[in-house]
Order: sequence, then structure tokens, then C-alpha cells
Amino acid sequence: MSQRKRSKGSGFSQGEEGDDECVLSQTQAFSQGPRNLERHSQEQVDQKVSELVQFLLVKDQKKIPIKRSDILKKVIGEYKDVYSEIVNRAGRTLQQVFGLQLVEIDTKHHVYILISTLPRAEGENLRQDDQTAKLGLLTVILSFIFMKGNSAKDGAVWEFLRRLRVHPGERHEVFGDVKKLVMEEFVRQKYLEISPIPLTDPMEFKFQWGPRATKETSKREMLRFVAKIQGKDPAFWTSQFKEAEGSSGPL
Amino acid sequence: MAAQMTDSHRRFLQVLMSHGIMEGSEARKLHRHCCEIHKVYYAHDKLDDFINTINIHLQPLFMQIRKGMSEDDGRVRYALVNLAETEITKMASDYTENELELFRKTMDLIILSENGFASSTEILNFADQLKTKKMKKKEAEQVLKLFVEDKWLSERNGEYTLHTRCIMEMEQYILSSYQGVARKCNICHSLAIQSQVCETCGIGMHLPCVGKYFKAQTEPHCPHCNDFWPHEIPEVSRMDSQLSSKRERGKELHSQR
Repeated sequence: MSQRKRSKGSGFSQGEEGDDECVLSQTQAFSQGPRNLERHSQEQVDQKVSELVQFLLVKDQKKIPIKRSDILKKVIGEYKDVYSEIVNRAGRTLQQVFGLQLVEIDTKHHVYILISTLPRAEGENLRQDDQTAKLGLLTVILSFIFMKGNSAKDGAVWEFLRRLRVHPGERHEVFGDVKKLVMEEFVRQKYLEISPIPLTDPMEFKFQWGPRATKETSKREMLRFVAKIQGKDPAFWTSQFKEAEGSSGPL
Repeated sequence: MAAQMTDSHRRFLQVLMSHGIMEGSEARKLHRHCCEIHKVYYAHDKLDDFINTINIHLQPLFMQIRKGMSEDDGRVRYALVNLAETEITKMASDYTENELELFRKTMDLIILSENGFASSTEILNFADQLKTKKMKKKEAEQVLKLFVEDKWLSERNGEYTLHTRCIMEMEQYILSSYQGVARKCNICHSLAIQSQVCETCGIGMHLPCVGKYFKAQTEPHCPHCNDFWPHEIPEVSRMDSQLSSKRERGKELHSQR
């Protein structure tokens, strides 16, 4: 039997957060009776909130999706009974100070990423380096997958990239081991999802957008990108246009 | 009274965070860009106020946008640093135990050295003496490359010193852990890893600070004990100027992985 936690004095009551992830299930899992004020001072909880914010920022800078189990193990520790308060406050701080939102991309295994809530800007001078080049490659792949109807066979993707002089077998000047980048790194970062196509021999895979891609960009943006490259109007591709206009996500 | 955080501040913070450390000129450009995009009031000389607003909100998180000076070219840098000494510091989560030990050892060597540099030979000699887990020299070389890429160390001619970002991030830690050994610059009072030292009274100064202080003096004397200053006075390019003719230390060395 569990009791709802009450946070006192901090002004952040748990009742408000209907839309924040995992509040209800969390209280059930970790509640151990009314919060014992003697155990955790407000200062200590504040400290934990700032530790969690830093933890999330550091992980996300590397595009590593953050597991709830890691949050519990590495940050929350013995403050489990106020887990929800800490996470909710951290989320609020990230939004207010950094313009970042904590988003759950895997509700079964409780995995999170940070998304910028700031409107996209042209010519943003985010660090120009190999990262930018990789994101360029990723954008090309994501747009290809979308134009192919949200799923593309690995053979088709590599054939398409071959035309851009990117070969899975060769070491690329900028991307290095491209096969590893596409099939491991992008997948690990949740930008792409690969699944085997059953009954294929040799084994074939299909590529789809991963949950991070879905959150960080949109079909509309991808179609706009393709249209820009080809110098056409997005409406030229009727079915993709219809799908893109109907989809949600950042504009 | 603190100004409110607006999206212009948040954007600035996001971009600075992705860079880790930024040159003064880049930061000024970014300030203007952020204010323009979000249509907020922009004054070109109000960057420090702008940053101050952000810092007030970062304070409860034990983080800060700090303004520092690169020891190589004397130019201003801005970096987002942690002020708290918890396990959630940027380094701790990126490296393994023995990698961190190697870093600490390297830091020892650098701070205890005369010129603020440790040779790669010196560092690699410690690789197989690590208490946590020994490392082969080849592996240690790779780890050093990583430290350079991640801007904890700077490399020059096979020698390593602390990167500006590292100095800015760890200044308090270094000053307290290496009390009596770590030096503060007599001119600007910040931690000095590379410095020129007065042979008589022992005070030290950053090379750019020496350059500025002794500019156009034919007979330089120690500001503290007045003895003749024996070292070569470095040439100073215009403060915070666009491009120095010297080796552009602002562009960090990106080693190819």
C-alpha cells in the first residue's frame, strides 16, 4: 500500500505534474510512507536537484539516452523517497534556465533525452566540427527514409549513400567507419532504428526513424529539406506532403 | 535586480554549452545573434550584463559562465564551468578510474614543473605504475589524445599543459589542492600554470600579463622586489584583436581519432 508523497515548503507540490513522466508509477514504486523531513533537509534536496541537472546535461551533450536506472543509481541514491520531486524540479530548471525539456523516449524501459524547446534558427553556430558533418549525413538518411515511406531497406540506403560517395566498406575522410556510424552510433543515440527483415537470406535490415529523430525533427522539416535540395515545392510529393502536414512535432 | 531569463539567454547558454569554451569575439557574435533572433534589446557592450543574468540562474546549480584568459595568447575566453566538487563533475563521468588517475598524475607533473609543461615521456612513464589499473604506453597515448580532444589538456611539441578550459574549470580545486605550489599571477591574480618567475622574490606572472605589463619598457623590473626582470618579454598583439599573426592557439588541436 502506498501513500502519496507530500513535499513541504518547496512550493512544488506533486499534484500539478500530470504531464510529467512517471510521477504516478514512481510514487507507487518508491513511496515508503510520508516523507520523513528529518531524513532530507531542503538544502540536501536542492543539492540533488542540481546534481541531477548536471548529470542530465553531461549525458545529453554526448547524445547518450539517459536510463532511469542510472539516474537512480548515480544521482538519487538514498533520496529515492523524493525521486519525483527531484526529477520534476530538475525538469523545470532545465526548461527555465536552459530551454531544454526532459522527454521520455522509451516508456517501457524509462529512457530519456533532452530536447531544445527553443524555436529553430537558421545558421546557428553550434560547434562546427565532425558532429555537424555527422548530423548532415544523418539528415540525408532520415529524409531518404521518410521519402521512401518511413522505412527503407539497408541495401537501398547504402546504394543512395554510394551516390554521395559514402561507402560502407571504405574509411571516409570525415565520417571514418561509416558503417559503424550509421548502424551503431546513430542507433545507439536513438536517431535510427534497425530491424531485421524476417525470412531474408542473407539477412536484410530495414531502417526507420528512431525516437530521438522523431522528437528532434519532423516529417515537415525533412520534406522541406528535400524540397530545398531539389529546388521544388514540397507539395510536389503529394503523399509525403499530406503525411508531413498531418504530422506533429517541431515546425 | 536580476533581469529575467529570456529565450535569448537560453539560446546563448545552449550554444556555449555545446562549444564548452568560446573566444571573446565568438561570444560577442553569439550575443548579438541570440538577441536578434528573439528580438530582445541588444547593446554591444552589455555582454557581461547578459551573462550575469544567466549566471544568477546558474548559481543554484553550482554552475557559472566564467570569463578567463588563455595563457598562450592572452585572449579572453568564456566557458561554462562547474563550481561544485561532486562526483558529477564533467570529467568523472567520461573516463574510467585509471584514466582519471593518469590525468591527476599529469596534472601533478604539470603543476610541479618549471614551465607548466609535462613531456609525453614523463607522463607515459607513469602509465604502468598506476594504482587503479596499469596501462600500456600505447593506451596511455590514446588517453592523452582524448584529453586533448576533450579540452582538458593542450599539446605542443610533444609536451602537455592544462587547457584553458581546464584551468577555468578547476582553478579553485587546483589552488586548494596544490597550496603553496600552484602560483597566482601577480598582475591579474588568477591561477598561472605557465608563468615567468622572478628569481629573487619568487612571484610569478602569466606570459601575456608580462607582455602587457612590460610593454615598451626598455628595462623591465619585477613589480614586487624591483630586481631586474631576466626573462624575455613576450610580444603582445593588440588586446583581443581579431587574428594574431602568431600560431592561432585559439583553434584547438583536433587530433584525428
